[in-house]
Amino acid sequence: MQDADTLKEYRKQCQQAMDDEFLRQAMDSFAKAYRSNRVKAFSGMNEKELIAEIAAAKDAAIVRLPELYEEFRVKAERAGVHVHLARTAAEANEIICLIAKEHGCRRIVKSKSMTAEETMLNHRLEADGLTVTETDLGEWIIQLRHEGPSHMVMPAIHLSRYQVAELFTDVTRKQQDSDIEKLVKVARRELRAKYIEADMGISGANFAVVETGGIGIVTNEGNARLVTTLPRVHVALCGVDKLTPTLHDALRIIKALPRNATGQAITSYVTWITGANACAAGPQGKKEYHIVFLDNGRLALARDPDFRQILRCVRCGACANVCPVYRLVGGHRMGHIYIGAIGLLLTYFFHGRDKAKNLIQNCINCGACKEVCAAGIDLPGLIKKVHARIQNEEGHPLPSVLLAKVMSNRKLFHTLLKTARWGQKPVKDGSTGYLRHLPMIFGREQNFRALPVVADQAFRDEWPAIRPQVDQPRYRVALFSGCVQDFVYPEQLKAGVKVMSGHGVAMEYPMGQSCCGLPLVMMGESKAARDVAEQNVKAMDPARCDYIVTLCASCASHLKHAYPKMLAGDPSLAEAARAFAAKIIDFSSFVSEVLGVDRNDFRPQAGQAGTAYHSPCHLCRGLGVTEAPRRLLREAGLNYVPSAEEDVCCGFGGTFSMKFPEESRELLKKKLDNVAASGAGELVTDCPGCVMQLRGGAEMRGDALRVRHIAEALAERKK
Amino acid sequence: MQATSEMADTFTGKAELVSAKVSRIKTLAEAFAYTVALCDGKEMCPLLVSGCELNLSDPSLQLCREKTGKIIAAPDLTPEQGAELRALCAARGMELIDSGLRRHLGGLDIGFTVCDLGIAETGTLVLNSASEEVRLATMVSETHVAVLPLSKLRATSYEAEPELLAFMADTPGYLAFITGASRTADIERVLALGVHGPLELHILLWEDN
Ligand code: SF4
Ligand code: SF4
Repeated sequence: MQDADTLKEYRKQCQQAMDDEFLRQAMDSFAKAYRSNRVKAFSGMNEKELIAEIAAAKDAAIVRLPELYEEFRVKAERAGVHVHLARTAAEANEIICLIAKEHGCRRIVKSKSMTAEETMLNHRLEADGLTVTETDLGEWIIQLRHEGPSHMVMPAIHLSRYQVAELFTDVTRKQQDSDIEKLVKVARRELRAKYIEADMGISGANFAVVETGGIGIVTNEGNARLVTTLPRVHVALCGVDKLTPTLHDALRIIKALPRNATGQAITSYVTWITGANACAAGPQGKKEYHIVFLDNGRLALARDPDFRQILRCVRCGACANVCPVYRLVGGHRMGHIYIGAIGLLLTYFFHGRDKAKNLIQNCINCGACKEVCAAGIDLPGLIKKVHARIQNEEGHPLPSVLLAKVMSNRKLFHTLLKTARWGQKPVKDGSTGYLRHLPMIFGREQNFRALPVVADQAFRDEWPAIRPQVDQPRYRVALFSGCVQDFVYPEQLKAGVKVMSGHGVAMEYPMGQSCCGLPLVMMGESKAARDVAEQNVKAMDPARCDYIVTLCASCASHLKHAYPKMLAGDPSLAEAARAFAAKIIDFSSFVSEVLGVDRNDFRPQAGQAGTAYHSPCHLCRGLGVTEAPRRLLREAGLNYVPSAEEDVCCGFGGTFSMKFPEESRELLKKKLDNVAASGAGELVTDCPGCVMQLRGGAEMRGDALRVRHIAEALAERKK
Repeated sequence: MQATSEMADTFTGKAELVSAKVSRIKTLAEAFAYTVALCDGKEMCPLLVSGCELNLSDPSLQLCREKTGKIIAAPDLTPEQGAELRALCAARGMELIDSGLRRHLGGLDIGFTVCDLGIAETGTLVLNSASEEVRLATMVSETHVAVLPLSKLRATSYEAEPELLAFMADTPGYLAFITGASRTADIERVLALGVHGPLELHILLWEDN
């Protein structure tokens, strides 16, 4: 639930969640177990192809929802079903209350439905004096505790067996053991009695299949079967986005949904109901059966080309399962009703800007959700877009406006960075290269990692002097530095130049280049982000080089994937942006795969303490590069030692670490703990932002860990 | 399409992965004997495993007490098949019912059904449950014994699709995919079987040709 007014308050709530020891442990062990279960579940299958098929079929259906609804309605009505379309959540609740009233229903049993959570149906039913019992075990538990779900598939994941035992002791008025098997059996017997009394059953639906006029419900417990069978009235509440033309569509989704949700090949039950079935308790032995379709913004969303892919979601919950932020703060903070990456989005569209405005910022843009989404939704991209939209609607906060102003004017931005050199004099710690104490603009909570100073000389100013002369080049390369390497860590880029030298690479450093614009995207400044994209595309003429090499993973993935999209609408730039993006390559891939750098490039050196590797989000997921850097470490004789969760975010996320320092700190801690456990004496990575975070964190902790860009580690050993 | 033995092996493996007990039979008579023996072997306190032994609320305890002797429900047998099974039950002092299952919501020992299709890739049973009695037999009983004729086994859900569509075209319809016993992991993600439906699923693969 989102009830924080300000970002500050929201951060405080997140911090409280992080202080909940049980929650943290539960989330950690779940995150780890989920990863391996999912891999197992999809082994031997072409997962990417399946996801692409699901996405394509969903896309085809989304643009036809109104006609699909009509077709479905006609078919279902012919089989004795009453079909309703509710425009809003309140209207859906009203319809269901009316059905209850008309048929004299008093007691309701419900099976799990996120859609009913969305409309807060129970509140409305109870206001009418109806008794409602949730029968899904997790839902029942949270209902008894008057809470919302903390996960879309496992709603009570935040609770311990002891809390459940206590709760069941209250409910049964008998002392209960904390043994899980026993608690489950208690629920079995207690809920059995509820089914028997009930005169109305409410279920959700995973599919409304147009060709059959029937619904499909996917469950493990089997409660939906009892809910749809025993009471004389059945109401299925279902988002209009669940309409799908064929049974084949549904069978296809079933191949991915349970695997992605819980690592199961299929759930224990899939129930297909077509028409009003026999029901001994019903009038004339027939079930009184209603399907209520909920619009609540979905049909408008379906008409919005920028956001309609959100409706592909099959509610598997995987985007939460892999999200490092969800893992830290849990579902009550990483969502309003819907949870995880999709929750951030749906909150805005279903529950409004007010509920979404803080939440939407709590995404570090690591891309883990996009990688596993059963429907191939570009979740992080859409999250940033919604953030930008909210800012356009609400007005941009001052820091964001200033950032946009400064960054879209390269000269001003670079002058300010250079001036910062003078400004930092009094706070600079001469010997270490860190700021001795933080300037006033940073709060105390930023103090979990040491921050670097701006370099004495920017890379761009050194370039004319260090530019290698190459007579007969094999490759023409334009270097894209990104701000951090240009102004803070020019030595990384110089090391990169050294590693590439001797391979016939003619290098250029186009001076018109500026920030890649990702920080602007993260701040919701889409207009300024587009403007710097234009500047960069114009500054780096793709016709004059074979490759554009960057040593910053975040820049690389942003330049490659976001630029063509951002500039697609401008006919004078679209083609150039595509050509530009096609030439972008990250340093490790270029060096390893294009130049073929191998052990012959390096001096043999004995006794190297282990080198751990941090796999930057934007390299491993953003660009799909996982092998090249590890191969280079081995070729250079750096004694690469694997550590746990190498591809989990370090917590930097650019401006995210400024906005959510508490979360950034925790992610950093996990990362450094894992590296410490590997016994490595050095940690390398492919992104200056990650270096800043990791090196600053190691420094603050006093870890004897050397953190460098991979280019520096390679350059040191280059012959 | 004929079920290959490879397909039957896949089915068995997948079903066992979700803790179903799979056996082979040659005749339906074997299935009846299996079911009666299974019921006979169940604990003296018939609802022991189903939670009735625990500290329940008073109304729930009352519901437990409604069940007395051992009961097998087999709603979808032909009259001759029913007579054969009934005779076996009677010999062991068990009751066989084929209708009126709503009077036994407190619990049934075994629900016995013959399935309409099987899907090998996931170890799934497909059961036409348009009859409310069939539905209840597979929901309320503590153990579900399901016979799957091998001639009805299909490799994948896609291969079963035309037949599934045929069932669904016959409205009103209620078609169940059943894969293993009822399960939950809602408390601390610990897997527990039998939360609402059967605690155990026994599958008898019937070599029917
Ligand atoms: S991009 Fe990363 S942080 Fe953002 S929602 Fe997805 S998984 Fe969570
Ligand atoms: S957005 Fe994707 S991963 Fe998240 S619940 Fe929906 S389908 Fe699953």
